Amino acid sequence: MRPEDRAAELFTRLRSGDRRALARAITWIENGAEEATALVRLVYPLTGRAHVVGITGPPGAGKSTLVDRLAGEQRARGRSVAIVAVDPTSPFSGGAILGDRIRMQRTLTDPGVFMRSLAARGHLGGLSPATGEVVSVLDAFGFDVILVETVGAGQSEVEIMALAHTTCVVVVPGLGDEIQAIKAGILEIGDVFVCNKADREGADRTVNEIEMMLDLGHMGQPGINRWPAEQAEEGGAAAGAAGMALPGADAALRRLDRTGHHSAEDLARAAGYMTRAAVHAAERHGTARPGDVSWRPPVLKTVAKDGQGVPDLVDRLDEHLAFLRETGRWEARREQDAAQRLQELVGQRAARATLERARAAGDLEVLVRQVAERRLDPYTAADEILRNHWGR
Amino acid sequence: MEAAPARRIRVLVAKLGLDAHDRGAKVVARAYRDAGFEVIYTGLYQRPEAVAAAAIQEDVDVVAVSSLAGAHGVLIPELIRLLREQGVDDVLILAGGIIPDDEVPALLEAGVSRVFGPGSDLEEIIEYTRENVKR
Repeated sequence: MRPEDRAAELFTRLRSGDRRALARAITWIENGAEEATALVRLVYPLTGRAHVVGITGPPGAGKSTLVDRLAGEQRARGRSVAIVAVDPTSPFSGGAILGDRIRMQRTLTDPGVFMRSLAARGHLGGLSPATGEVVSVLDAFGFDVILVETVGAGQSEVEIMALAHTTCVVVVPGLGDEIQAIKAGILEIGDVFVCNKADREGADRTVNEIEMMLDLGHMGQPGINRWPAEQAEEGGAAAGAAGMALPGADAALRRLDRTGHHSAEDLARAAGYMTRAAVHAAERHGTARPGDVSWRPPVLKTVAKDGQGVPDLVDRLDEHLAFLRETGRWEARREQDAAQRLQELVGQRAARATLERARAAGDLEVLVRQVAERRLDPYTAADEILRNHWGR
Repeated sequence: MEAAPARRIRVLVAKLGLDAHDRGAKVVARAYRDAGFEVIYTGLYQRPEAVAAAAIQEDVDVVAVSSLAGAHGVLIPELIRLLREQGVDDVLILAGGIIPDDEVPALLEAGVSRVFGPGSDLEEIIEYTRENVKR
């Protein structure tokens, strides 16, 4: 049988809800098997329906345990759930120990849940090379919610943001001071923040630090904000002068004045600064323009091992999905993804074809030698290959 | 898809029933990892249904069951029955741990390919696995 035929056969089994077929499809994709491309073509029209939720955060933050609880709560709400969990691959042997199932005992025998462990296989962004296409197949299979757990993330594993509709950043008390919280990286990508292990000392402080980080860039109450239109005309400075009558401003000010020692005058000035900072950020990032519907990431406390705070978390994930749909971001995102995917594929294929032709003509070998011997620089050599072999 | 990655052998290391010791399972899991395999570990106290579900969802090439508590004669055949019932026939089943010699034939009869007792050589386990995966 040709790979296309094998793909078509597996696709038929997938459509009838065969889980072994689903598992095999994922294996093909992971291994870059011949059948995989044909299969991804077939499933593509069925994708684009699931709510993809990313769960990221440092190692040991409790991501897997939280995912287990989230899956349980989603099931209680009548939704089917797929889980994809990525663990690191050994840089020495290429092997891996995928241990996320151990923490997911509650939900894994539920027939409405499907869980797959992926090894990162040398990929460094927090996911594995195949995660995007694995999610596509799960989506086509018909799961309502797909939870994607990244490898334990440090500061720059931000790839999940591009894959998930809603990114949940999980932290635990005691990981560092507020400077950590204003650095660039994973703390920028959360649509929802979770302080897990919130029964430990320092949870309130951690929550407060994240809230203060958010105060610098996102005005509003946690969740969806519908800004009064008239403030759009007054502008940020005017709103600041008017005692910061923006949604969420009181809470932000209280965080600033934890000690209670500041004078009213100081606070009014601080309010003005904060409002201007927020409006400035909003103008640049579109995070909260008066007159708009905007999203301010909520910061929640959970104790995943006991399930505490998990229903609230699912409420917030749902609210974020509603926000994406209401504001047209869901649709815009589809366009962005399509453009991105096409760009990648055209780039890969054009590069492969061009190099293939240059190799067949014998030019590649000659140019490589010249570059290696420093007789030619790589840019000039690349130009030459493109001039002679690209798009012929 | 990025550059086609090499196919990796996937192994499910499983502990069934009320068997509280997994030192051996972890040593074997680690040896598989260091040999370049992808190992999924189930954790302790699994029911055969849960291990069968994991084997299917993870699409493993090998299920390696470690048994130290004497229930292998019941739980391992039950696991194999569940896998067969769901149409899984291309997975290599291995057993290891404390399994008396006179109980080995029954396990082999049930579908276990090989039983590795105490003191087994890790190299040999890996070599055997590599040579006997069914796909």
